[in-house]
Amino acid sequence: MSNFSSIFHYIPELILVVMILSVIVVDLVPSLKELKFPIAFVGLGLVALALFLSHGSKASIFMDLIVVDPFSHFFKWIFITATFSILLISRYSVEVEEENYVEYISLILMVLLGLFLMASSVNLLMIYLSIELVSIPSYILAGMKKNDRASNEASLKYVIFGSFASGLMLFGLSWLYGISGSTNIAEIHAALLTNGNPFLVYISLLLIIVGFGYKISMAPFHYWTPDVYEGSPTPVTAFFSIGPKAAGFAILIRVIYTLFTTESGLNATTSLYGVNWTLIFAVLAAITMTIGNFLALHQENIKRLLAFSSISHVGFMLIGFSVIGKEALTAVLFYLVIYFFMTLSAFYIAILVKNELHTDVIDGWKGLANRNPFIAAFMVISLVSLAGLPPTAGFVGKFYLLAVLFREKTFYWLAVVAILNSVVSLYYYFKIVKSMYFLNDGDEVDSEPLEVNPYIKWTAVLFSAQTLLFYFYWTPLIEFINSSLLFWNS
Amino acid sequence: MDSMILTLLIFLPVFGAAIMLPASKIWGKDNPNIFKWIALVITGLQLVLAIMLYMGFDPTLSVSASPYTIQLEWIKHFNIQYFVGVDGLSMPMVLLTALLSFLSIGISWNITKQPLGYFALFLLLDAGMMGVFLSMDFFLFYVFWEVMLLPMYFLIGMWGGPQRHYAAIKFFLFTLFGSVLMLLGMLALYFYSDPHTFNLITLIQTASTIDATLWGMDMRYLIWFALFIGFAIKVPVFPFHTWLPLAHVEAPTAISVILAGVLLKMGTYGLLRISYPLLPGEVINFAYILALLGVINILWGALNAIAQIDMKKMIAYSSVSHMGYVLLGMAAVVSTNDGGAQAGLNGAVMQMFNHGTITAMLFMLVGVLYEKAHHRYIFYPDDYKDAALAGKPAFGGIGVQMPVFTAFVAFAFFAGLGLPALSGFISEALCFIGGFSVFRTLTIIGTLGILLNAIYFLRAYQHVFLGPLNEKYKDYTDMSTMDLAIVIPLAVIVLFLGVYPAPLIDMIAPTLDALIQKIQSAF
Repeated sequence: MSNFSSIFHYIPELILVVMILSVIVVDLVPSLKELKFPIAFVGLGLVALALFLSHGSKASIFMDLIVVDPFSHFFKWIFITATFSILLISRYSVEVEEENYVEYISLILMVLLGLFLMASSVNLLMIYLSIELVSIPSYILAGMKKNDRASNEASLKYVIFGSFASGLMLFGLSWLYGISGSTNIAEIHAALLTNGNPFLVYISLLLIIVGFGYKISMAPFHYWTPDVYEGSPTPVTAFFSIGPKAAGFAILIRVIYTLFTTESGLNATTSLYGVNWTLIFAVLAAITMTIGNFLALHQENIKRLLAFSSISHVGFMLIGFSVIGKEALTAVLFYLVIYFFMTLSAFYIAILVKNELHTDVIDGWKGLANRNPFIAAFMVISLVSLAGLPPTAGFVGKFYLLAVLFREKTFYWLAVVAILNSVVSLYYYFKIVKSMYFLNDGDEVDSEPLEVNPYIKWTAVLFSAQTLLFYFYWTPLIEFINSSLLFWNS
Repeated sequence: MDSMILTLLIFLPVFGAAIMLPASKIWGKDNPNIFKWIALVITGLQLVLAIMLYMGFDPTLSVSASPYTIQLEWIKHFNIQYFVGVDGLSMPMVLLTALLSFLSIGISWNITKQPLGYFALFLLLDAGMMGVFLSMDFFLFYVFWEVMLLPMYFLIGMWGGPQRHYAAIKFFLFTLFGSVLMLLGMLALYFYSDPHTFNLITLIQTASTIDATLWGMDMRYLIWFALFIGFAIKVPVFPFHTWLPLAHVEAPTAISVILAGVLLKMGTYGLLRISYPLLPGEVINFAYILALLGVINILWGALNAIAQIDMKKMIAYSSVSHMGYVLLGMAAVVSTNDGGAQAGLNGAVMQMFNHGTITAMLFMLVGVLYEKAHHRYIFYPDDYKDAALAGKPAFGGIGVQMPVFTAFVAFAFFAGLGLPALSGFISEALCFIGGFSVFRTLTIIGTLGILLNAIYFLRAYQHVFLGPLNEKYKDYTDMSTMDLAIVIPLAVIVLFLGVYPAPLIDMIAPTLDALIQKIQSAF
């Protein structure tokens, strides 16, 4: 599609760009300074409206650099909801200073633009650029607390790991370009079919997995995660654990299913040249969830704990890549949505507690149940969901992923590893519950009621209530996911 | 009305827990009265419903023919149904659950610490237990099975004894480990059966046709194994029993009653409801091991009970021992001798019910003594803080001071050790009769358990209640009216079923006969 007519399919992103610029501009005008957040929220509302209006459309735009399809739409909804929630809470978080609001908002929105592009890129160059568009503002966001050493360290570690992973990924992409002479993934697939070989596929696949794996913090490329999560301001941590991760999965699915399957597309059933990437992902899934879980066991800091827990959840989602097929992708996307809600509510409550009690340490939560039984109860719901127990959607998510293996009757060992991991995870999630609810006989804790910001409280409640809702009736969500599993060309 | 009654049984407690929240806003959340009355009324209504169900219950009808059954679509994508029903196997468990929940509210009458949380969680626990016994869809069953864990965790961890935190997480981790294995077994059953279903009634036909191997083992065998571990941890079968003494001792009295009275039965209930009818061939292969584990449970539990100086721990181990009888009776299902299988299986299910009532009585009575003395030692431990008392009998002569209480304890202890004319005797005898018809040597060794049971019960009785009165306890008053109101119904049931067990047998026999037939046809 020509550049001009492409613009009509690009309206959400254009609104975003306008927003970013106007946030910066209004900050220069003293009388309009207060408008930054309203502009951001209204703008996000407009983007959502534009997304809603373009629902179901399919197109390949800007000379086949990016596409618009239900698959990318699905992810865009996740990104925009995440961004909205993060901006909402950032306003009330003590960790984001008011003088930095303009940088903060515009950087978050830039990341959002990058995420939108990541979910829709079909061209190697665009893939690389969009990943960098997400990464570079993220590095700055991690270092947002300028006077905090941990935050500086987080930022630096993020840069170093990020550049290293990008480099490896670029190398992998260059192999693909070398064999096909094209940067469009559909054309590369065609070239691979005619003059590729398994060796080549393996090399490029592995290198690409490094790049994407870093983005979703898959072991063994997860080392940055705990430090970055700990050092960044908590709202940013929450954003990192949802937005870029979801985008990483989007691009992983798109690239893997387009390039490395014989049929190319979401209806694929066999891998290209019989390259056994399902086994690679099965092993990576097992390693990732085990490392995440076992390292989480001894964490005392809630943000580090949630960092390792997010690694283990990524491991769970990777189970969906150990089988090729739509059912597997449904399970991954389902889990992603559930993960979104439960992680966000856990982080929301962590931010609330941090605001009031000024602590990240789990022991600092002691007696929270007496001081604010309401948010403690909803934290329990989120944690139960993260641990994957009924009656929460976290259980349904795990159930779907395990069902993927059983449906294909393959990788049963992975199912065993996964369930043993979910038992282990209970222990550390319930350390938080224990801290909130259980008191030793001699414990002296503050029993004064803890007042929290009502808007944030109710938003957190809304998120954790989702995990209950999707437990009792998840058919609509599954139907939405099934209708979203469509590439632009199918 | 008929079709609503099961749903009401399950969700009435949830409703009760829900109305406690507005109630706490109106009457304040630290005022225990309102919450305990709500809980009492709700569990009372539940008991009435359970009795109504029993009145209209026809034991000869299968689940699919019963007017109480409801089958509604829940999740289309996996063909999961809201499918609840009642048959001879679940009926006694439903009665037991309703009765013990109701009485446990009475036992909890003096709870003052965070009453809102306690009674709300108790009701959720109650709902979960009912759900387990009424679900006829494996997914639903699993859900209720897991839903119980969370309230139980809090009830032990917040209202328990000194080691409550450790006991709570240990209980949680052990049972969760079992249930995730069960989850795998459940998924395997779903995907290997054709058509794919969680419906336990349909699975009876389809599950035994599963024909696949994994890692060189028969798929059905692996499923059996996964389910067995899941259920065995709950029973608990040796060597998975270590969570039980800890959890029982640390839990508040009412929760110990529920744990021993109802939760343990879920393990054996699960085996009978799911493993037995679905995998009859594996039952036959596994019967000997099951009997062996049963006998180990009987002896190991009893020997451990003898070694205990804490009465609650002693009773906890006696539960391990008594559940051993259930396992032995269940293993006897493979008996081809005339009536052996019937005796064994009927004995097992009766023992489940009877142990529920007897052990509830035991825990409740120990709780009464604990509330007065704040300890439960038969002998003080060797490292007791007062060195002069270490190793000495802790009570003594309580019978003089509290004659009514002592009479009931004697009654409960004798019921526990299986005195004829009390309900425990009949079910234990039936288990042994069934066991003897197939596993001669094992059963003979197992009967030693009767003797060992007598040792610890009589020893405890002697040191606590007989002899000269320990001066420390001379101003104790006898049981209160409330205590009597709780213990008398249980005692009446124990005595009645000991003299005239027919109502219980009539209720369960037709269902169990069908089960026996199903298993024996797999030979």
